Amino acid sequence: MKLVVVSAGLSVPSSTRLLADRLAEATQHSLSGADIRVVEVRELATAIANHLVTGFPAPVLSDAIEAVTEADGLIAVTPVFSASYSGLFKSFFDLIDNTALVGKPVLIAATGGTARHSLALEHAMRPLFAYLRALVVPTAVYAASEDWGSEGDARTDDLPRRIERAGGELAELMESRARTRRPADEAVVPFAQQLAALRTG
Amino acid sequence: MQFGIFSVGDVTTDPTTGRTPTEHERIKAMTAIALKAEEVGLDVFATGEHHNRPFVPSSPTTMLGWIAARTEKIILSTSTTLITTNDPVKIAEDYAMLQHLADGRVDLMMGRGNTGPVYPWFGQDIRQGIPLAVENYALLHRLWREDVVDWEGKFRTALQGFTSTPRPLDGVPPFVWHGSIRSPEIAEQAAYYGDGFFANNIFWPKDHFRRLINLYRERYAHYGHGTPDQAVVGLGGQVFMRKNSQDAVREFRPYFDNAPVYGHGPSLEEFTEQTPLTVGSPQEVIEKTLTFRESFGDYQRQLFLMDHAGLPLKTVLEQLDLLGEEVVPVLREEFAKNRPAQVPDGPTHAARVAAALAQGNQEEVTA
Repeated sequence: MKLVVVSAGLSVPSSTRLLADRLAEATQHSLSGADIRVVEVRELATAIANHLVTGFPAPVLSDAIEAVTEADGLIAVTPVFSASYSGLFKSFFDLIDNTALVGKPVLIAATGGTARHSLALEHAMRPLFAYLRALVVPTAVYAASEDWGSEGDARTDDLPRRIERAGGELAELMESRARTRRPADEAVVPFAQQLAALRTG
Repeated sequence: MQFGIFSVGDVTTDPTTGRTPTEHERIKAMTAIALKAEEVGLDVFATGEHHNRPFVPSSPTTMLGWIAARTEKIILSTSTTLITTNDPVKIAEDYAMLQHLADGRVDLMMGRGNTGPVYPWFGQDIRQGIPLAVENYALLHRLWREDVVDWEGKFRTALQGFTSTPRPLDGVPPFVWHGSIRSPEIAEQAAYYGDGFFANNIFWPKDHFRRLINLYRERYAHYGHGTPDQAVVGLGGQVFMRKNSQDAVREFRPYFDNAPVYGHGPSLEEFTEQTPLTVGSPQEVIEKTLTFRESFGDYQRQLFLMDHAGLPLKTVLEQLDLLGEEVVPVLREEFAKNRPAQVPDGPTHAARVAAALAQGNQEEVTA
């Protein structure tokens, strides 16, 4: 099983990457075996901008896009900027074919300075992946700064428990899904069929 | 093997002077470039077709007709004829007329166009791009081959008893290339008809085009037009040369950095590494162009983009001198080496007429 982690934190080290690694670990723990590949979006920032301008990816970016496309499961983690995912995070996903994530198990997560932004996951991240027709696990994990040093209460699981729950959900979904098959680039409708479609329409 | 140039006809500010040519100057520059192409011994001049600023060539047959009257040998082509938004009946008429006036020195490259608003401006829907290309070309193909056409389709009014005039010169229609950057459907269409396939590979890495061209070659054979290496392939290229490589880089960099298509993106060095763009000495251009054969197999036509991004006319004419004197003669010689005998030359009217006659005689003999 191939598990790909897309982490869009900007500082090094970043709490976004910290959360991403914990989620990957929790997922791997529940899987019988998984190769983990981490895509640090920050390292692709220039390549992403160049692709937007020229229309084609540099090798390092096409490699990352291919990894995401081929993954059996995806963990996507972004910092919250202005009530949503970061622009760089969105730009990366803008460059992935809009059918590449169809049926793919995805765990969404975000970090931010205050817990008041946590619903960005439900109002921004989840609709993005719904548009891409990915299968997003029910538990989305938001980590505010304070979460790294606090316990849960009667109404809320603490961060480690939420991570564990989300990782378990992703692992379960990955194992229950046959690997998403990607249609070959050269799958062509024979020409006679293209002509006939026009005649009968 | 044919060598030539293709122009998109952009009106772009020269970033080194801040001066923008007028449309009139740009149109006259394009025709001067075409005449120069013949003078330096190139085989093909091709112009794009655009219906939006900052481009001038909205009327390719008018421009090519003017050039035809002032040239003797060069093949005049389009580097896009919009098969989606032009009426195929008008394409059949316009290009047959041009073919007569140019004594057969005409071919066309079909393209869908990538400017969204052009479709509605011409009464079409961009979401129907592929079906439009399929149906319109099917009609064009018949109009040039059947004297009287009865026809009904989805996208234009029906035709009953219609004859497109003038009939193609010597009964042989202009050769058609199908251009595509990303659609396997178009490679399939070119293969089905046994037409040429032009991969405008200048802005993208080669792996992508290797897949498309291989698909075209394989399907060309599937439809019984010949072996895969007999399929007719054209490629783009993009160069800027000076005798001294460093001078070329220094002079071209501001044009690259501000170019409408890729400016303000990757560095000149990155782009050169990842795409066919070559900025350097004539020798470097020769070396890079020769690698195309390794990637895509022996092919029939090589077109270079030479006159975009605001380069002044004087500079472009100097580039054409270098191309004609130092690059193309070497490429002709090198591409001829180890070229298998069954691989066809670039298409010409004379050769196509001869082939049609030979085929006619063959049919008479067998009948």
